[in-house]
Amino acid sequence: MPAADELSPALKKVSKELYLKTYRVMLQARVLEEKLASMYRGGLIVGGVFLGKGQEAVSASLGIHLRKGDIFAPLIRDQAGRMAFGDTVLDTLRTYLGSQHGSMRGRDGNIHRGKPKEGYYAMISHLGAMIPAVVGALMARRFRGEKGVVGATCVGDGATSTGAFHEGLNIAAVEKVPLVLVVANNQFAYSTPSSRQYACEDLANKAIGYGVPVWRVDGTDLEDCLQKIGGAVAAAREGQGPQLVVAKLLRLVGHGEHDDGSYVDKVLKTLPENRDCLLAAREFIESEGWMTAAELDALREEFVEEIEVTAARVQREPGPDAAEEDWLAISETQLIDRYPEA
Amino acid sequence: MSITYLEAIREAQAKLLRDDERVYLYGQDIGQFGGAFKATKNLAREFPGRVLDAPLSEDAIIGTAIGAAIEGMRPIVEMQFADFSTCGLNQIVNHAATLFYRTGVECPIVVRLPFGGTPGSGPFHSQSMEALYAHYPGLIVLTPATVEDAYSMLIQASALNDPVLFCEHKFLYYHLKADALPTEALPIGKAKITRPGRDATIVTYSAMVHESVAAAEELLADGYEIEVVDLRSVKPLDTDTVLASVARTGRLLCVSEAWPWGGVAAEVIARVATDGFGLLDAPPQRLNAKDTPVPYHPNLWSVHRPTASSIAAATRRLLEL
Repeated sequence: MPAADELSPALKKVSKELYLKTYRVMLQARVLEEKLASMYRGGLIVGGVFLGKGQEAVSASLGIHLRKGDIFAPLIRDQAGRMAFGDTVLDTLRTYLGSQHGSMRGRDGNIHRGKPKEGYYAMISHLGAMIPAVVGALMARRFRGEKGVVGATCVGDGATSTGAFHEGLNIAAVEKVPLVLVVANNQFAYSTPSSRQYACEDLANKAIGYGVPVWRVDGTDLEDCLQKIGGAVAAAREGQGPQLVVAKLLRLVGHGEHDDGSYVDKVLKTLPENRDCLLAAREFIESEGWMTAAELDALREEFVEEIEVTAARVQREPGPDAAEEDWLAISETQLIDRYPEA
Repeated sequence: MSITYLEAIREAQAKLLRDDERVYLYGQDIGQFGGAFKATKNLAREFPGRVLDAPLSEDAIIGTAIGAAIEGMRPIVEMQFADFSTCGLNQIVNHAATLFYRTGVECPIVVRLPFGGTPGSGPFHSQSMEALYAHYPGLIVLTPATVEDAYSMLIQASALNDPVLFCEHKFLYYHLKADALPTEALPIGKAKITRPGRDATIVTYSAMVHESVAAAEELLADGYEIEVVDLRSVKPLDTDTVLASVARTGRLLCVSEAWPWGGVAAEVIARVATDGFGLLDAPPQRLNAKDTPVPYHPNLWSVHRPTASSIAAATRRLLEL
């Protein structure tokens, strides 16, 4: 089966407006994640901090093509896609800091956040698990006769080795739902390199086994990401069934901020195919004359200012109060199984 | 006219499909074929597009149900055998069970688990999963013992806004009959005194209710009046009804077809020992299946699980303590 990207020569040219709009989201996500890393190192964030540095182009290109009413189940390196879908600096910081005003109310943290009733699903840590959930959500929309809805979710190369990935993509194909499954092949799953993860030549080859079209993307090139991920979303929206996207890039940080990623060969980072998508996009914008270096610097400063102010505000907000917590895991309060307090 | 436990489950699903357009059924072989046990017989024809065959992917089946529930549907999924639900364990215990606590969004799914031993079913088609699921916060675990409860509790389960593991016993599917479907029901979470007594309490659930009642009949010949409590729901567990019974009898035997370690019987004894120690005239006892996989041959299987005669013997020992 030929790749869908080869079958679609008439992919829409990316407009200046879309490129710049997406770049803004990528930059905002990068600046926010730099702040999160700094707060983590300063001991202000408990648990882990997991960054999407190097994956912003892929992630934002997905989020920017989704609409209100679509479903999005992001994974750990999707800060940019989350923000493109409508997540905010404020709720991100609140969730990382465990503010009781955050969407997870301190009950869950960091990247495990979402607002499921708004189509923004809160991931569980078990990789691949969100794929069938999005499929089921799309089945629900179909039961209700809704058309033109897309459900999207992201995984890394590591998740392609899970049973959940296999079951999820297969069931999506069987049910013919408008799922866009984005695999960010960032060459490492925590410390495990691709050579210990899969034996096929290209993860895109997996698509043929599921009978789904695949879009191979240069994850370091924002234009390529916008074109092809946009193409995948449009194909799903038009009723062409599930679409697999495989984006090639390099994770430019450790697995989490606790991890210096020293196992990544330094030479890898110098290869052109592993360049930083954000820097590449900035260079492209300058070379096209869309924005000057000074304007780009000013944009960054604008985000730094917004994020600093928001971080200061969230740090003043109270964390959850254990004495006021209801400790209820079910909604049917008449069925609570009560245990005597020791 | 009579109706079996299995037919009651089918009728409950038919009623749910009829009355609530948010309900749909998803599972292996449940469509045209009507299910491995025929619990969905003819439903695909009666409700086109709402009774769907699923691929052999327990994890994804549960996963899709969760997504559909978030979007406002009320899916009922069938695991072909409860034993296979371990392949969907992650979605049940880590996704469905945590959703409400984490996000405040309800997860109204029903997972039907045809469970428990029948002769010849062997290690992988006989297991009792209720203790495993009851261990996790966020799940409701129901274990109907009668035709009436199978019907009414499945209907009630679908109306709950939380994930329900509906443990339906395969041994009761064809044997157990009632004259008619019930028109009223006890609320979910309430245990029932199946047989009143005076000398000892047997707390049990599902198929073991019938073995326990038979044991109580046997002991009647010796002049003992044994009370049998049917838990109906193992999570939540109706501790009040259990304690009230123990207060009347002073003696407690818990009977479960499941394995002993950390099970429902152990939980009931822990609660009675904690909250009703003074009510006990003898140390509380439990009778479980043996701590091995469930054997294939009836000679072994019929000894592996508690039966009326082993329950009667255990009750006699309790009465002598």
